[in-house]
Amino acid sequence: MENVQKTALYNAHKELGGKIIDFAGWALPVQYEGIISEHEAVRNNAGLFDVSHMGEVEIAGKDAFEFIQRLITNDISKLKDNQISYSPICYEDGGIVDDLLVYKYNHERFLLVVNASNTQKDYEWMLKNVNNYDLELKNLSDEYSQLALQGPKAQEILQKLTDTDLSTIKFFYFNPEVRIQDIKCIVSRTGYTGEDGFEIYCANGDIEKLWESILAAGKDDGLKPAGLGARDTLRFEASLPLYGNEIDKDITPLEAGLGYFVKLDKDDFIGKEVLEKQKQEGLKRKLVGFEMQKGIPRHGYTILKEGNPIGKVTTGYLSPTLKKNIGLALIEEKYSAMGQEIEVQIRKKVFPARIVKKGFYKRAK
Amino acid sequence: MKVLNDLFYTKEHEWVKVEGEEAYIGISDYAQHELGDIVYVELPEIDDEFDAEESFGVVESVKAVSDLYMPVGGTIIEVNEELEDEPELVNEDAYENWIIKVKMTDKSELDELLSGEEYQAYCAEEE
Repeated sequence: MENVQKTALYNAHKELGGKIIDFAGWALPVQYEGIISEHEAVRNNAGLFDVSHMGEVEIAGKDAFEFIQRLITNDISKLKDNQISYSPICYEDGGIVDDLLVYKYNHERFLLVVNASNTQKDYEWMLKNVNNYDLELKNLSDEYSQLALQGPKAQEILQKLTDTDLSTIKFFYFNPEVRIQDIKCIVSRTGYTGEDGFEIYCANGDIEKLWESILAAGKDDGLKPAGLGARDTLRFEASLPLYGNEIDKDITPLEAGLGYFVKLDKDDFIGKEVLEKQKQEGLKRKLVGFEMQKGIPRHGYTILKEGNPIGKVTTGYLSPTLKKNIGLALIEEKYSAMGQEIEVQIRKKVFPARIVKKGFYKRAK
Repeated sequence: MKVLNDLFYTKEHEWVKVEGEEAYIGISDYAQHELGDIVYVELPEIDDEFDAEESFGVVESVKAVSDLYMPVGGTIIEVNEELEDEPELVNEDAYENWIIKVKMTDKSELDELLSGEEYQAYCAEEE
């Protein structure tokens, strides 16, 4: 594996028996003991992921707020200090540049957390759109390492290592000054698994100690290190989109079912004109969930209606939690009604499938 | 990684256990380990005929789909139906849990396959 970047935990992953793959130019473990057992650990207890490959861009200055409002499709005008917002960012043509989290320190300082595979592209897109805004953009991706501690026991485990009362960090809020075993961290109650949990940012030099401390603290709680394989099955069951699958440069957030995060009633933002038009005229394609009795759907498989192609599977699995063959697919809108019968082409055969609600898995609250 | 010395192997990681004119075929321990949790095995039909190196089925892990290739040409005389409900048996013991049983067309094709020792060396290189 040449020309790949390593996170500061590369050796720790090797020692734990992690099976290293090249993911978007990063050498990361796809699994340690197995995707299913790691997936189940997150649903039942907790899992710890190295997500240091994620990108972080800091935006600071007098016009930081106005700039981000124009950049993203969501509306952050009501966002409080230390609160977080999820949003797509679009090109002028409505296609998606990336999806990201906006961490608001205050009106003049934000941290944007973006996908690893898109970090450079996003940063350049932001630079291109700075224009006359008075602000400074800093790509801090090489300075931050990041862990995701996810699962119903996440809080109980992390609380053993800090004096900060973690229950004060509400869903989609962060505390920028948490000390975990004397390590200075940003801790947010966010994640990509459909479970409760935290994302924790610290300096590269501290991550190994943080990783080992958390694994040790959760040893008796069923905590397991978890790889990219489980990260994908978990986010998929919760129908959280993945760039390159459900969202992409030629898919709009409306088509991807992210209309909730597109605020057409706010002032101008990049892509607004096209998205407004798309909403008025009605969607031609739509992201749907589907279920099948036989055959495992996979990314890229063709969806048919009475033998004619109507779209593609964006992600599909034999769901480890639900034990069902389910998928997400981008298909022609006219066939997207709940309960519709469709077909999936798997190798040389065609298997029946039925449209069901997305959000296959929802945790009990 | 477990390699049994009384079997033949392919570079695609199938194994062959010869019993007279017939043979059991499965995937190696190395293959099941590389694939990870196996969730589906697509089996051929009895009486299907295949040439050597032709695809006769697939194994699907949580993440990936992989073709299965015939180590030698032959006719399917039995499939391991247990794998339809419990594909994970292949992870538990890749040699005990064969996938198909065939009547070989031409036993001399076995000469093209790797011995246990050769296969072990081949896998070591792949690492």
